Amino acid sequence: MQALTNKAKQVDRAAMSFMEKMYLPAIIKGMSITFSHIFKKKPTINYPEKTRPFSPVFRGMQILNRDAEGRENCTACGLCAVACPAEAITMEAAERQTGEENLYREEKYAAKYEINMLRCIFCGLCEEACPKDAIYLSETFTPADYQRKQFIYSKNDLLIPHPQENPEAYKKALGNRANKTTVN
Amino acid sequence: MLLAIDFALLLEKLILVVVVVFASLGIAMYTTFAERKVAAILQDRRGPNRAGPFGLLQPLADGMKLFFKEEIIPNFSSKFLFVMGPALAMLTACMTSAVIPWGDKIDFFGRSVDLQIADVNIGILYVFGVVSLGVYGIMIGSWASNNKFSLMGGLRAASQIISYELAMGISLIALLMITGTLSLKEMVVQQQHGYWNVVLQPLGFLIFLVCAFAECNRTPFDLPEAENELIGGYHTEYSSMKLGFYLFSEYINMFISSVVMATLFFGGYDIPFFDESVLSPNVAAILGIVALMTKVIAFIFLFMWVRWTIPRFRYDQLMHLGWRILIPLALFNMLATGGVILFFNK
Repeated sequence: MQALTNKAKQVDRAAMSFMEKMYLPAIIKGMSITFSHIFKKKPTINYPEKTRPFSPVFRGMQILNRDAEGRENCTACGLCAVACPAEAITMEAAERQTGEENLYREEKYAAKYEINMLRCIFCGLCEEACPKDAIYLSETFTPADYQRKQFIYSKNDLLIPHPQENPEAYKKALGNRANKTTVN
Repeated sequence: MLLAIDFALLLEKLILVVVVVFASLGIAMYTTFAERKVAAILQDRRGPNRAGPFGLLQPLADGMKLFFKEEIIPNFSSKFLFVMGPALAMLTACMTSAVIPWGDKIDFFGRSVDLQIADVNIGILYVFGVVSLGVYGIMIGSWASNNKFSLMGGLRAASQIISYELAMGISLIALLMITGTLSLKEMVVQQQHGYWNVVLQPLGFLIFLVCAFAECNRTPFDLPEAENELIGGYHTEYSSMKLGFYLFSEYINMFISSVVMATLFFGGYDIPFFDESVLSPNVAAILGIVALMTKVIAFIFLFMWVRWTIPRFRYDQLMHLGWRILIPLALFNMLATGGVILFFNK
């Protein structure tokens, strides 16, 4: 059989030499090895204070997008729910009334939009399926919680901040990922 | 005149006792922290750094946790002895510090205060006596637990400590032949004026060091509490602060044996290559304490460094090393020292 590495060593069953029986040279050698590790760089990152940068294709929590005037993009077509392999998305459609044109971009909108974050596998198929650029996966984690029912995120949790009322939060929520994909 | 008690002396000694006991408790506390930190650094990790700045409050958090843990006394244990075990371990650990000279005399408002609780003329014998009592804490606790793993751990501890005490004692005899005194204070004074004893007794120091590791139940001789063989060894049945006492007494023992080694072989509070008498006595005393503590910290680091380097001995290897290597070596060292002293007629 071919060896996978060249690290394999034949076991030496010869009696210990005098130097080996003294133990001390071997102990000092071992101690010099551990001592050299004091000066090695530590691979650990102090997590909450420092975070590793996300990869550009990182898929985090979903976000429901608005257009530049702050109108919701979603038309409740249901393509994301169909595409979702984990069946995490549910929604209810409603018709836009007159006077609501500043709230919703098209005549139909999602009155209720829920994602069960415990079911979601963050595959990003909803983002790919959406014809209106209304949903995409952001660069934030889904925060931890104490109860299962807290993980069913409604529109309140998912909607992006209003771009005119709260431009800074909007920019932050949009993140780098949205800049790349948003065409509008 | 029997009632003519020197109250100032009483107060002075009382303060010294309190300071020394609390200092050794505090140092032991932070030794647990240092142990975790050193382990982490040697293994390329970061170690505890959440509680307080740099994790400095970690030992407090650990202590609080131990206090709030449920106290379990096993049904079939002997209750009195079960409680006495850790108490005895702690007591003997704290008692040893009584004869250690922590520094030279300091001048305190015209009163010369000796930085040593008791300068008894059999100092080192007292240390040995109390240290060998320490094994009773482990033995009684393990016996009272009524658990075979505890008993195994206790038996291992007892036989290990007794075996290594012999070699330790013999290596010490060689040292005593050179110094000609049992008082730790006098030994330090001799080393201040001459060479450090480690120069005169390198082999003796090596034997003493190895035996000190065994006496403190430290790796590579931590068989009494070998987790993967004996669950927890002698403290398997212990919980809450009684367990804390056992662990704590071990760290105090480590501190004390570092102090004893520094005093016996490395000049105690002597500052190397420096004549303290040119300084004012107070400055000299404080610098002396700093020097002693530096040596002690170096020893404690050595203890930890070895722990995170070497795996544990097998039990038969331990006995072999103790009886068939260290004791003959110590005897040889003793005879050679005696021969040299006789030859040069010192």
